[in-house]
Amino acid sequence: MTGETASRAPVHAIAGFARELRAAGVPADHTRVATAVRALSMLPALEAGTTYWTLRVALCSSPADLAIFDAKFRRWFGEAPSSAALTEASVGAYVAVSRKTAAPSGRDDDDEDDEAGMVASDAERLRTAAFDELSSAERAEVNRLIALLRPRGARRRSRRSRPGRGRAYDASRTARAMLRNGGDVAALIRRQPRVKLRRVVLLLDVSGSMTPYSDVLLRFAHAAVQVAPYRTEVFTMGTRLTRVTRELRARDPNIAIRAAGEAIPDWSGGTRLGESLQAFLDRWGQRGAARQATVVIASDGWERGDAALLGRQAARLALLATSIVWVNPHRGKPGFTAATAGMQAVAPYLDDLVAGHNLQALTELAEVIARA
Amino acid sequence: MHAQQWQSPADVTTALDAAGYLADEGIATAAFLAVRMARPLLVEGEPGVGKTALALALAEITGSRLIRLQCYEGIDASQALYDWDFPRQILHLRAAGERADTDAVEASLYERRFLIARPILQALEQSPALLLVDEIDRADDEFEALLLEALADNAVTIPELGTIRAETPPIVVLTSNRTREVHDALKRRCLYHWIENPSAEREIEIVRRRVPDAADQLAAEVVAAAQRMRHMRLVKPPGIAETIDWAHALTVLGATTLAAGPAGVTLGAALKYHEDEERVRAELLPDLAAVVRR
Repeated sequence: MTGETASRAPVHAIAGFARELRAAGVPADHTRVATAVRALSMLPALEAGTTYWTLRVALCSSPADLAIFDAKFRRWFGEAPSSAALTEASVGAYVAVSRKTAAPSGRDDDDEDDEAGMVASDAERLRTAAFDELSSAERAEVNRLIALLRPRGARRRSRRSRPGRGRAYDASRTARAMLRNGGDVAALIRRQPRVKLRRVVLLLDVSGSMTPYSDVLLRFAHAAVQVAPYRTEVFTMGTRLTRVTRELRARDPNIAIRAAGEAIPDWSGGTRLGESLQAFLDRWGQRGAARQATVVIASDGWERGDAALLGRQAARLALLATSIVWVNPHRGKPGFTAATAGMQAVAPYLDDLVAGHNLQALTELAEVIARA
Repeated sequence: MHAQQWQSPADVTTALDAAGYLADEGIATAAFLAVRMARPLLVEGEPGVGKTALALALAEITGSRLIRLQCYEGIDASQALYDWDFPRQILHLRAAGERADTDAVEASLYERRFLIARPILQALEQSPALLLVDEIDRADDEFEALLLEALADNAVTIPELGTIRAETPPIVVLTSNRTREVHDALKRRCLYHWIENPSAEREIEIVRRRVPDAADQLAAEVVAAAQRMRHMRLVKPPGIAETIDWAHALTVLGATTLAAGPAGVTLGAALKYHEDEERVRAELLPDLAAVVRR
């Protein structure tokens, strides 16, 4: 239907534009391109503003897409009207971080001599050695084992019900049975609540002091996202908060981890736990992401900012979440005390404190999450 | 001007304006396309930015009946699509008694008159209609699949009765507060618009529209204070809805400017958390005059 009204050249331009958007992570697929073409054909005169809004309405689907869209739009078509309006304050944590390739550290690839390592390593060592003591071949093996952990949220009663042996009566089924029986009550049919998995939110500290564990924890998060893609949320905390859930939905762990790594701008930087947690609560948690959820925070509690702020945010979180599980990899090391100011500030609000420095500890973490 | 005669987004702006909703170019384009292309429109934005108000205004200017479906966890077909009126069916059956013609009685049990239309079915049956699916993010994933099915072919299939199809497809507006991400399958079918908080000038204009009795100076100062609060990293910064409420509250009290005294006692109209109130009292109210009369 667009053949007559839209000439070919714009169609090509839009297809090319959409291809570039897709490459940058905006899901502008063929359905959306078709929508865009049809939408443009319905407009009488194409001024710059109308074109911008039409393409944006048709091709974008989340606030995170908008900043990318604006940048690409300026490159292809010139000025974008809303670029000024999209302020950091209003879109804040939604704005997709610039997808520059941060060099993800903590991922030692092939620079180590580990031929002998594999011989020495047995299952026990893989389970109990701290992640930073493993050779890269052992790490690869551990990564495979993490993918098998399948961490899942605890079961909870859903608001939905199904026929069963519960307490509530199933009025509609009972009535149907009555209709079949000529209006006599044959039997009272009951319903029981369905069971569903609790939402799991993982907040991972990716600052410098957590470097040896960041990659492993992201892999753990990937495994959790794979089990329940729409009931798991993953964010990284450093100097700012970054949502990486979307990246981690890719099935292949290596692709997913790489995509997440590219999305995280502050890998191995400083830590502002309080501010990151506040950003999470403001943008996501308060509205529902943390409500009735199991929230897992992986951090060593090295807070560069104000520990009191961190404490206040932890208190807010405790009011929303069903349980808070803190993963501190240093806890597994000898001589650990909850001495950092950050750890002390949050301690009163934690339901569980686990180690997470080796495979055994991560297995334990998966069990804690399933119980919480 | 009737909706079908709209030639461009500018016509929508004019029509929305007459209905008391000030739309910028983005909103007007999104609304224009949603109506002309008969596509569902997914609207996101900060709470209180006017997502629901847009749907109400759109219903008004298109002369559609507004049918609202508020989502919540566990909402299912019997609350969103249709349900059978069992008590009436049973009464009907009893009244039919021992009549010989059991087939006829049976057939009559599943007639349209025993069907209770819930919002989605209502929207399909009563055209022209605007179906507002509010806070879709609160419903669970299973419900999205249900919705997708109804929206895809503008029809609901009832096993006992057949397929009910809309003569004129309803205009569909979905809102989300982003507590979770809506599935891509649903998003792909929708036009998407993110509503920004408005500029100060536009917000003043909105307040004056919605609270006609408010003094001009009061409107401007309330907006200035609200815009300032949005930069204070509050737990829940005031949205436009709160600004309007606040201006309304002050007007009812007879204020014509925003002074610290009346502002303090009406703060509850703008802020919904005690922590926020305390911070604003401590950090904003003392030099309120400087903030609002810059």
